[in-house]
Amino acid sequence: MFHWLEKNPFLFSVGVFLVIAFAGIIEILPNFAEASRPVVGLKPYSVLELAGKNIYMKDQCIACHSQLIRPFKAETDRYGQYSLSGEYAYDRPFLWGSKRTGPDLHRVGNYRTTDWHENHMWEPTSVVPGSIMPAYKHMFTNKADIETAYAEAVTVKNVFNTPYGDDIKPGKDAWEAYKPKVLEEAKKIAADMKNKDVKDAVANGEVPEIVALIAYLNKLK
Amino acid sequence: MQSNAALEYDYSVAKLFTYTTILFGFLGMLIGTLIAAQLAFPELNYLLGEYGTFSRLRPLHTNIVIYGFTLSGVWATFYYSGQRVLKVSMAESKFIMFIGKLHFWLYFVGALIAVITLLLGITQAKEYAQFEWPIDIVIVLIWVLWGIAMFGLIGIRREKALYISMWYYIACFLGIAMLYLFNNMSVPTYFAAGGVGSILHSVSMYSGTNDALVQWWFGHNAVAFGFTVPIVAMIYYFLPKESGQAVYSYKLSLLSFWGLMFVYLWAGSHHVLWSTVPDWMQTMGSVFSVVLILPSWGSAINMLLTMKGEWNQLTENPLIKFMVLASTFYMLSTLEGPIQAIKSVNAIAHFTDWIPGHVHDGVLGWVVFMIMAALFHMAPRMFKREIYSKKMMEAQFWLQTTAVVLYFTSMWIAGITQGMMWRAVDEYGNLMYSFIDTVTVLHPYYTIRALAGVMYLIGFVMFAYNMYKTMTSSRELSEEPQFRSPMA
Repeated sequence: MFHWLEKNPFLFSVGVFLVIAFAGIIEILPNFAEASRPVVGLKPYSVLELAGKNIYMKDQCIACHSQLIRPFKAETDRYGQYSLSGEYAYDRPFLWGSKRTGPDLHRVGNYRTTDWHENHMWEPTSVVPGSIMPAYKHMFTNKADIETAYAEAVTVKNVFNTPYGDDIKPGKDAWEAYKPKVLEEAKKIAADMKNKDVKDAVANGEVPEIVALIAYLNKLK
Repeated sequence: MQSNAALEYDYSVAKLFTYTTILFGFLGMLIGTLIAAQLAFPELNYLLGEYGTFSRLRPLHTNIVIYGFTLSGVWATFYYSGQRVLKVSMAESKFIMFIGKLHFWLYFVGALIAVITLLLGITQAKEYAQFEWPIDIVIVLIWVLWGIAMFGLIGIRREKALYISMWYYIACFLGIAMLYLFNNMSVPTYFAAGGVGSILHSVSMYSGTNDALVQWWFGHNAVAFGFTVPIVAMIYYFLPKESGQAVYSYKLSLLSFWGLMFVYLWAGSHHVLWSTVPDWMQTMGSVFSVVLILPSWGSAINMLLTMKGEWNQLTENPLIKFMVLASTFYMLSTLEGPIQAIKSVNAIAHFTDWIPGHVHDGVLGWVVFMIMAALFHMAPRMFKREIYSKKMMEAQFWLQTTAVVLYFTSMWIAGITQGMMWRAVDEYGNLMYSFIDTVTVLHPYYTIRALAGVMYLIGFVMFAYNMYKTMTSSRELSEEPQFRSPMA
């Protein structure tokens, strides 16, 4: 019945491709027209927050934490309002995660503070006895790559029309001109922290990873 | 017409991929065992400082197992059985031979770079699609080279009709190519921002819900076309060869092949149930996941019935045992998956350890067992020696089977316990447990899982040692075995 097809590898391959591509066309394409519209009032991530998001990705927080509150009473009681599609409009990539070894973080900015995150990342069991999360002490000495975060802001502004101000533009000079704003934001975070080395680094115009990460986590609400 | 004399097949590329299958299999399982132990004993996170945390090692584990171990196994078996079912030797074309070797070496170098960048935390943070854009380009090149080698061999074949295994290898090639390309579309920021920042960084072409949809359309189907389709290709070749039995039903293999091709791709959205993806897509994912039982069980039943009347081989030949158990685990896994894709079950199962449990009964029970059986079958034919030790194979079989059972049972209990605790409310409707309560309760199950990991790893080392001795010092064979693999 199908023997003729098995003797024509070219037709066979075309057939296989059409059959497997079918579902993608029906299921995925329609969603692209609308699902990335931001909810009213949603602001894109600042450069410091983007740097923090990149650290969240670099250290793979996504391996244990979700950012997706499902519409169940138990979840909205525990984490807050369930997640809406438009809240993720500026998330490239999405960071929903697939496993909760730790709790959901989609609205963690509502109920945790800079100070809490600082203690938690330095020694998780100091604030959550019994926690199996590793300490992330290296974040207090490693420097965040804010320049790359700036490049990311420029890219999403120019390629995907993410609404950033006119001072976010391509080129090294534009970055040098913008940098003080990032440092200003970092200083506000560091002011709420107690680690002496982190405070000194920020005063000297550097941004430790922990500062950027906390900026990002505080933005999640 | 060619003479009836047996062709001299050239196994040089198949051998190279056999070595990396064993190497990456060991590395992947070693890291897997370590991260399993880290969940039970968090102190183990600090063995390598920043580079040794669970979070940094987990993607390394998944990527080494998927792209290191499994793909090596797929290519080792392809470069072995492809020549045989097409009745053409690699040695007949200098060009194909060159492409095959280039394929291997580019792959090997690419794999090493991939491991290093993941350790350094250079990642897009999409599951099983972590690599940044320059590595993605290398991966595309590697894939294209495989395509050239495969379609080159098909082009000069002597056997007109493509054997079932070849259907599945072609599907693996096309499916992964389509999925990988679309999911990894990204814009490198260095160029878009006029030379600012890191050259390695990029942003996804898709955002938020769309990105999730494309990612899980990829993620689920990378499993389909990496862990299911090529492994089915293997069992369709190696089980009939090893047992000397013909495939039970040609019609059933047709039905299950085209069924699998059509249905699998729809099921990806069951990863985003109860999310912000539109409801009708979630329902499609859920429904098609259940339909998927038919083609999956079709292949598995076709394989089990191939042994009809010859079940005694199960007691005599450990290789048959490996393959029959692999088919059985395939059936278990492809029943468990659809159950988890039912919306009400998913509400409990999602985000819990039941999901890694499901993945691992599939991978450890089906994929790894099948690949090991395939390599055991190939070894006497590639190296012209009999398998070093049958007793060691038997011991390995039972050790690893016990390990898989311990793994999935502990994770089933852990996952359902956690899912139920998250939603438990008291008589006034207040949550009964804080999150940390649901973490600490899992300690015994994490310990059992780590133990299962150690057992499985020991089994794999026995496999590697048996293969090594087979290649180097086992008794030499004067002629190629017809079906049953000879073993001491």
